[in-house]
Amino acid sequence: MIRPESEGDLAAAVREATGPLRVQGGGTRGAATGPGGGLSVAGLMGISLYEPGALTVVAAAGTPVADLEAALAAENQRLAFEPMDHRALMGTEGTPTIGGVVAMNVSGPRRVQVGACRDFLLGVRFVDGTGTVVKNGGRVMKNVTGYDLVKLLAGSRGTLGVLTEVAFKVLPDVAATATLRLDGLDVGTAVAAMSAALGSPFEVTGAAHLPGDGATLLRLEGFESSVAYRAEQLTRRLARYGTAATVEEAGLWRGIRDAEAFAGTDEDVWRLSVRPSAAPDVAARLSGARLLLDWGGGLIWAGVAPGTDLRARLEGIAGHATLVRAAPETHARLGTLPPEAPAVAALSRGLRAKFDPRGLFSPAAVDA
Amino acid sequence: MEMPVPDAAVVADKARLVTRLAEVLPRDAVIHDPAQLRAYECDALTAYKCPPLAVVLPATTEEVADVLRICHAAGVPVVPRGSGTSLAGGALPTADSVILGVARLTDVLDVSYPDRIIRVQAGRTNLSVTGAVEEDGWFYAPDPSSQLACAIAGNVAMNSGGAHCLKYGVTTNNLLGVTMVLMDGTVVELGGGHMDAGGLDLLGVVCGSEGQLGVVTEATLRILPKPEGARPVLMGFDSNEVAGACVSDIIKAGVLPVAIEFMDRPCIRATEAFAKAGYPDCEALLIVEVEGSPAEIDEQLGVILQIARRHDPVELRESQSAEESARIWLGRKSAFGAMGQINDYMCLDGTIPVSELPRVLGRIREMSEGYGLEVANVFHAGDGNMHPLILFDANTPGDLEKCEALGADILRLCVEVGGCLTGEHGVGVEKRDLMGDQFTPEDMEAQMRVKDVFDPSWLLNPAKVFPLPVSEARRMAAE
Ligand SMILES: Cc1cc2nc3c(=O)[nH]c(=O)nc-3n(C[C@H](O)[C@H](O)[C@H](O)COP(=O)(O)OP(=O)(O)OC[C@H]3O[C@@H](n4cnc5c(N)ncnc54)[C@H](O)[C@@H]3O)c2cc1C
Repeated sequence: MIRPESEGDLAAAVREATGPLRVQGGGTRGAATGPGGGLSVAGLMGISLYEPGALTVVAAAGTPVADLEAALAAENQRLAFEPMDHRALMGTEGTPTIGGVVAMNVSGPRRVQVGACRDFLLGVRFVDGTGTVVKNGGRVMKNVTGYDLVKLLAGSRGTLGVLTEVAFKVLPDVAATATLRLDGLDVGTAVAAMSAALGSPFEVTGAAHLPGDGATLLRLEGFESSVAYRAEQLTRRLARYGTAATVEEAGLWRGIRDAEAFAGTDEDVWRLSVRPSAAPDVAARLSGARLLLDWGGGLIWAGVAPGTDLRARLEGIAGHATLVRAAPETHARLGTLPPEAPAVAALSRGLRAKFDPRGLFSPAAVDA
Repeated sequence: MEMPVPDAAVVADKARLVTRLAEVLPRDAVIHDPAQLRAYECDALTAYKCPPLAVVLPATTEEVADVLRICHAAGVPVVPRGSGTSLAGGALPTADSVILGVARLTDVLDVSYPDRIIRVQAGRTNLSVTGAVEEDGWFYAPDPSSQLACAIAGNVAMNSGGAHCLKYGVTTNNLLGVTMVLMDGTVVELGGGHMDAGGLDLLGVVCGSEGQLGVVTEATLRILPKPEGARPVLMGFDSNEVAGACVSDIIKAGVLPVAIEFMDRPCIRATEAFAKAGYPDCEALLIVEVEGSPAEIDEQLGVILQIARRHDPVELRESQSAEESARIWLGRKSAFGAMGQINDYMCLDGTIPVSELPRVLGRIREMSEGYGLEVANVFHAGDGNMHPLILFDANTPGDLEKCEALGADILRLCVEVGGCLTGEHGVGVEKRDLMGDQFTPEDMEAQMRVKDVFDPSWLLNPAKVFPLPVSEARRMAAE
C-alpha cells in the first residue's frame, strides 16, 4: 500500500504506476475490490480553510469525516447532506474519509429536502490517470466558470481520478428537531402520506418508511417554536392517514441513514433509486425482500437472498438499482452498477478512457 | 474579441444546406433570408453581432436530430439558442453556423406532485414553468431576473441562478433529467424522475456546458410547494464594510434567509431616480428576505434585526404589508433598467468569498477612479455573486474598450481573492479570453476532454468558453 503525504507525491505515484491501482480512503465502503496495488489517500489530511460566515469549508480528501463534522459542530454548522457511515452495513472497520464520501456521492435522509453531496460540493482537486493535477470549481457558492467537473467527479467512484481536496458549502445546524410517526400504513399509503408531507410548505427533512415495523417517520428541523408549529400543522394535514405521534429521536435517523436494519445479516443488499410514486409497485414486485424506504420512497434499500438478480424483477421501472453488499462472485455476475443505455454507456466509457487512458482506476476502485 | 474565420466552403455551400434542412423541417422552420437572419445576429450581449448562415426552429426531438445529422455530415457548426438573453454571448453565431432555436419546443409533458417534478420541453420559458403549477401551490425555484423571457434550455446550458438561490440552489440543484441530442444525431436520456445518477453524473456536467455538449430538448425539473409567506426587510448602512460584516453575522447566526441582496450608493441613487422606491440615500443597502408562517417570519426577522441593530444601521425598515414588500423589492428589481436609462452599461458577474466583500468593493472603487468610469454594485450578497455595472458611453470612441479592460481587471480581482470569473451568466465569448486567469492549461485540457467525448468533431458552439488558441488544435483537427 502506497501512502503519499502530499498531492505532489500522489501525482508522482500515479505517474509511476505500471498497473491497476486500488484507491482507498478509509476502506469502510467495501468498494475497493479487484486487483491492483493499494494507493491510500489517508495521508492527505486536514482542513485548510473554514469560514463559518461564508458557509464554506475546504479539506484534504483523506480527512476523517468525523474530524470535519467536529470542526463544523464547534461553529454550530454541519454537512447538510448527512453522509451515511457504511461501516455497520458493510461490516467494515476503519475511518471514513471525506474524499470517499464525495467519490461515492454519499447522502443521507436530508437529501430529499436539501440536496445530495454533489449539490454541496463547491470544488475539487484531483489527480487524473496521467498523473496530472486538475482543479475544478472553487470555494465560492456560485460558479459557472467552465465545465462542472465537480459534479462529474462526485459519485465517479474513483474511475476518473484520485480526489485530493474537496470544498463544501455547509449549513447552520438547527436548534430543534421533531419526528412524527404514523403506524400501520401499507407501502402505498405510506408513500402517499410521505408525498403529502413533502408537498407541504413545512420543509420535512426526512421521510422514511419501515415496512417491517409498520412505521412511517417524518422529520422537522429548525427553531424551537417553528418546529412545534410545523409538527402541529403537519399532524393536521396527515390526519386522514392516521394520528401522528411525536417520537423519541435518539439514533433513529442515524439508523435510517446507515441502513442499520441490514447490519450483520447474510442478505445481499441493494440500493434502488426510483420515482417515489413507483415505490409501491417496486415493493409489490419485491415481495419477500426486506425493505427500507427513505427519501419519501425515492430511495429503497432492499435485503434479498444471496445471489438474487433483483434487477430482473424490476423490468420497466424507471430508475436504477446498485448492488451494495454481496459476495464478490455476485458483484461479478450481476454487476455492481446498473447497466446504462448504449449511447450513455459510450459516453461514460469515453470519459473514463480520456481521464484514465491507462485504465489504472477501472474496474472501479475506491474505498472510503 | 475575436471569432474564428468562417469556413468559406461552408458559406459557399449555403444553398445546398438550406435545401437539405428544408427536407426535414416544415417550410417556415428554416430561415435563410438575410433580412430575417438579422433577428438572430446576437443575444443580450449586443456589443457583438454576426448573422448566421441559417436558422432552424425544430418542433420535436426527432427534428432536432435530423438537423444535427445533416449539419454533422456537412461539417457545419451549430449554435443552440433558447431565448437569446445570454449576457455572455453564448448564443452569438458565426457566419458559417446554423442557429438551432428551441423556441417551438414549449409543451409541458408531465407534472407529478407526488414525485415533485415537472417535465417540459426545453424551449419553455422559466416563468411559465412555475405558471404551469402555480395554481396548485407549487413553483420552480431558480428565478433569474430574465425569467419572463429566458428558456429552460438556456438555464440548463448556463446553470442559471436567481435571487433566491441562497436557499434553493441554482439550476443544477433543481434539474433531475434531460433528453439531449448529440451532434451526430444520437438521442440520449440522462437522469429522469429519480433523485440520483446510477453511473457517472453526466447530467451534472451537461448542466452549465453552454451548448457545447448536446442540444437539450426536454428537461425534468424539481418543483417545490410554495412557502406560507415571505417578508423582506431593508437595511441601510454608512459603509460597505459594515454591511458586509452584517451579512456575515446573519449567516453565522444560523438563520438562512432566502435572499440577501446588496446595493451600493451609485446604484441606490440611480434606481431611486428611476423607480422611486423610497430607498435611503446611504452607502450600502441590504434587502434580506425570509420565509415561513407569520410567526416563523417574526422569529427569524427578530434575530436578523437584532444583528442589524448592532451594526448601527442608518435605516431599518421591516415590511408591514404586501405593498411595502413590493416597494422594497421594486428598486432592486429595476436596478438594471435604471442603469440602462442613464447610460450604456456592462454587467459583470464574478463571485468572491463573502469575507472579501469590503476589500473587493474598495479595490473596485480605486479601479473605477483609475479608469474614469463609474461602477455601480448590485449583487447577491449571501453567496458572494457580484454584479458590478460599469457605466460607459457607446458613442464615445474608445469607451467600450476602456470598459472591457476595467471589467477584465475586476474579474481578475475576483479570481485573485479566491473567487471566479462568472457566478451565473456563463463564459460564452465575454469571459472566454480570461479563462487562463482562473485555470491552468491542464485544468482547461481536462474540461475540453469532455467535449472531445460528447462532440468529437467540435461542431457544437465551438468558439465559446475556451480561449481560441487553447481550442484551436481541436477545432482545426475536426475540420
Ligand atoms: C435583463 C437580464 C437579466 C438576467 N438575469 C439573470 C439572472 O438573474 N441570473 C442568471 O443566471 N442569468 C441572468 N441573465 C442571463 C440569461 O438570462 C441566462 O443566461 C439565461 O439562462 C439564458 O437563457 P436563454 O434561453 O435566453 O438562452 P440563450 O441566450 O438563447 O442561450 C444561452 C446559452 O445556452 C445555449 N443553449 C440554448 N439552448 C440550448 C439547448 N437547447 N441545448 C443546449 N444549449 C442551449 C446557447 O448555445 C448559449 O450558449 C439575465 C439576462 C438579462 C438580459
